[in-house]
Amino acid sequence: MTVLAVGITALLFSACKQNGSVKDATSAVKGDAAEEVYVAPGEYDEFYAFLSGGYSGNITAYGLPSGRLLKEIPVFSKYPENGYGYSEETKPFFNTSYGEVPWDDAHHIELSQTDGKFDGRWLFVNANNTPRIAKIDLQTFKTTEIIEIPDVAGLHCAPFITENSEYLVSGTRFSVPMPQKDVPIDSYKENFQGRVNYVSVDQETGEMSLSFQIQMPGFNYDLARNGKGVSHGWTFLTTYNSEEAHTMLEKNASQRDKDLMAVINWKKAEEHLEQGKGKEQKTSYYHNVMDESTGIVESEVKKSTTLLNPGDCEGMVYFVPVPKSPHGCDVSPSGEYLIGNGKLSADMTVFSFSKLKQAIENEQFAGDHNGIPIIDYEASLHGVLKEAGLGPLHTEFDGKGNAYTTFFISSEVVKWDLEETTVVDRKETYYSPGHLTIPGGETKEPYGKYLLAMNKITKDRYLPTGPELAHSAQLYNIEGEKMELILDFPTKGEPHYAQAIPADMIQPGVKKYHKLEENEHPYVAKGEGKAKVVRDGNEVHVYMTAIRSHFAPDNIEGIKMGDEVYFHVTNLEQSWDVPHGFTVQGAHEGGLLVMPGETLTLKWEPVKPGVFPFYCTDFCSALHQEMSGYVRVSPKGSDVELQWSLDEES
Amino acid sequence: MNKTNIPRGLMVAALILLAGVFIFPLWQITLEAAQFPGGLKLNIWINKFSGGEGEGDIISNINILNHYIGMQKIEPDAIPELQYFPIVVYIMMGLGLLAVWLNKTWVYAGWFIVLFVLGALGVYDFYLWLYDYGHNLDPTAPIKVPGMSFMPPLFGEKDLLNFYVKSYPHWGTIFLSISMVCALLATWFKFKQHSYVKK
Repeated sequence: MTVLAVGITALLFSACKQNGSVKDATSAVKGDAAEEVYVAPGEYDEFYAFLSGGYSGNITAYGLPSGRLLKEIPVFSKYPENGYGYSEETKPFFNTSYGEVPWDDAHHIELSQTDGKFDGRWLFVNANNTPRIAKIDLQTFKTTEIIEIPDVAGLHCAPFITENSEYLVSGTRFSVPMPQKDVPIDSYKENFQGRVNYVSVDQETGEMSLSFQIQMPGFNYDLARNGKGVSHGWTFLTTYNSEEAHTMLEKNASQRDKDLMAVINWKKAEEHLEQGKGKEQKTSYYHNVMDESTGIVESEVKKSTTLLNPGDCEGMVYFVPVPKSPHGCDVSPSGEYLIGNGKLSADMTVFSFSKLKQAIENEQFAGDHNGIPIIDYEASLHGVLKEAGLGPLHTEFDGKGNAYTTFFISSEVVKWDLEETTVVDRKETYYSPGHLTIPGGETKEPYGKYLLAMNKITKDRYLPTGPELAHSAQLYNIEGEKMELILDFPTKGEPHYAQAIPADMIQPGVKKYHKLEENEHPYVAKGEGKAKVVRDGNEVHVYMTAIRSHFAPDNIEGIKMGDEVYFHVTNLEQSWDVPHGFTVQGAHEGGLLVMPGETLTLKWEPVKPGVFPFYCTDFCSALHQEMSGYVRVSPKGSDVELQWSLDEES
Repeated sequence: MNKTNIPRGLMVAALILLAGVFIFPLWQITLEAAQFPGGLKLNIWINKFSGGEGEGDIISNINILNHYIGMQKIEPDAIPELQYFPIVVYIMMGLGLLAVWLNKTWVYAGWFIVLFVLGALGVYDFYLWLYDYGHNLDPTAPIKVPGMSFMPPLFGEKDLLNFYVKSYPHWGTIFLSISMVCALLATWFKFKQHSYVKK
């Protein structure tokens, strides 16, 4: 009976394959699509696309239009491939006020901006679970800084950037007691609060610093964008759960027809701050910064934060109603239109910033929430895009007056006219898109050309890989009136948001290797003559060099049981793409992948006496297999002297 | 220009062109292999070595590759020519100024001959260095080159293991050659003037 049922299902399934959605999807691709995405061997893609990795904690860099994976950049998660988070230098990246947290849920990518346009300097990304924001250097494609955001929970709404990279703005997804304390959960309305956080960015170094936080009602702050052009100086944040429910949010946070969008005048907040309205609050959070000359991450614990209360700061915070549980919150290239994507609504609400400002000036308020004025909905409305699809999530722009919105439930991308609020075109995605990205699509001057939709459901798109599937992404050409599906490719982790930038804004500045003479690592050996082994109590420091195709030293004796051995490996190469790997048998900290001119450290605690090999893990040269050595471990108290050599010369 | 000033003018031009050896490499050896898109470029100057743009320290990179076949390390500090060749050029420039002042046929001719001989000796010296590096290979090296010879061509192109090696004079040598031609022309014009005056 079961066999028969399976057989019938299989039949139905294959019939569906032939006649159903899959065939439609194939025929939806036009004839010359392959040509449009084909990047011939030896040629480069036109855009870099940076996709967040969701629960992988990392970022991936893809080339567009080919959809080729260029690199996975480790950020919040340990990454055995190159020793990130395993090397002594990078371990402190995971220091938080919750202890070592070597994983997170990375959601939103933000490229640095100047005058509302991408400038190719840095990339920022948030950690949802243990609230943090990281900075990635776009010369080295390496994480160089992670700052923890205190007194928030679930930093989903982050790290949205202002038009000159003045601030990275974030909001708490989960409201919690602030400061944290032991209270009954059903005291939510009494004890729980939200926070909106402003992290400033140093324009020279990119270094982040928590400038101030704003105390907010206990809603769930979901997504945000900052104004640009006419709306520069303002932040817009969608919220859900204005019901302030604390259980069964699925139902209880979906009761009201309208939730509230927070509208924050951060220029005003700066004024209030200057007037001393900020209150110093005790807290504790980590700031982990990599010193670029040593590659070593230093952690600093910060002990206070500055809090602004809307009650004391007039004209700083407003709300405006948005239909049903809005998710995405997007600002048009001119800065004039704000789009609230009500995910339980079929309609999209488009606000006009000038009307909103006028309504504030005329005090057209429809009540308040805990003293925060609620701006009249009608007075600030530009228009409503009616029944464009089901479950609108996110919107980006092409700079030609069109907006493109993903619809999760009806699984499609809809192109619509911003001014007229009318639908222009719609195309299916496979299946259920979350975010979408258009190169420069959130900036003042979108580059347009392509649209990448990142889907939450993959099902039958690729050869099956068991119950767990890669998420799918689809690329559309948006140059014409109609969108054209041109490529479909699997991604890593769960990409939430992505941003794409023309390759020529990054490619010329990409670093090929680290200059050895600029390496200031305290354990660097700038030449084989400088290689040595130094004992300091039970710590043994090996100043080791790597060059094609040997380590110096490659014979080490006099290590005793109970020692902590630190292999500080300096790659002496000064040429592009000549990394050396390093590991030693039984290493608990994985291996290292050391770039030319760099020094990385692997900690090794021997577990038994004997002679153990170490070797290069990266196929560096024709004699890579020979690139190895031995370390001898003697019992505790043995009289074997500490000695080291290469080719029998000490 | 007054016709009588032509030889002097040419000699001044010869001196200016001679300075080109400080501005451009004399010779360029390009090592082409699949792993090195665009080739590894070794520029040989009157007083130093340099590599292609963004290649890093070319000497160190070439030494790393060469150690597999047991070639001795190229150490610029151990090559005395890089120290005294520039001095020779300065002396030639000084003598050239003297020649402009004296403005005599035999002085111009003498300057030309000395420069020509020095240039020829320089190329021969370069050949000797190439021969020395290419034949003085360590017998315990990981790779034993057939015939124990790995010598790049002085002029021309050649297959050397995985590399296709090209070796040609570069702008510095071209400037040096034009400088010689100018000196030769100065000699010729001065000689013609002299015989014209005699008539």
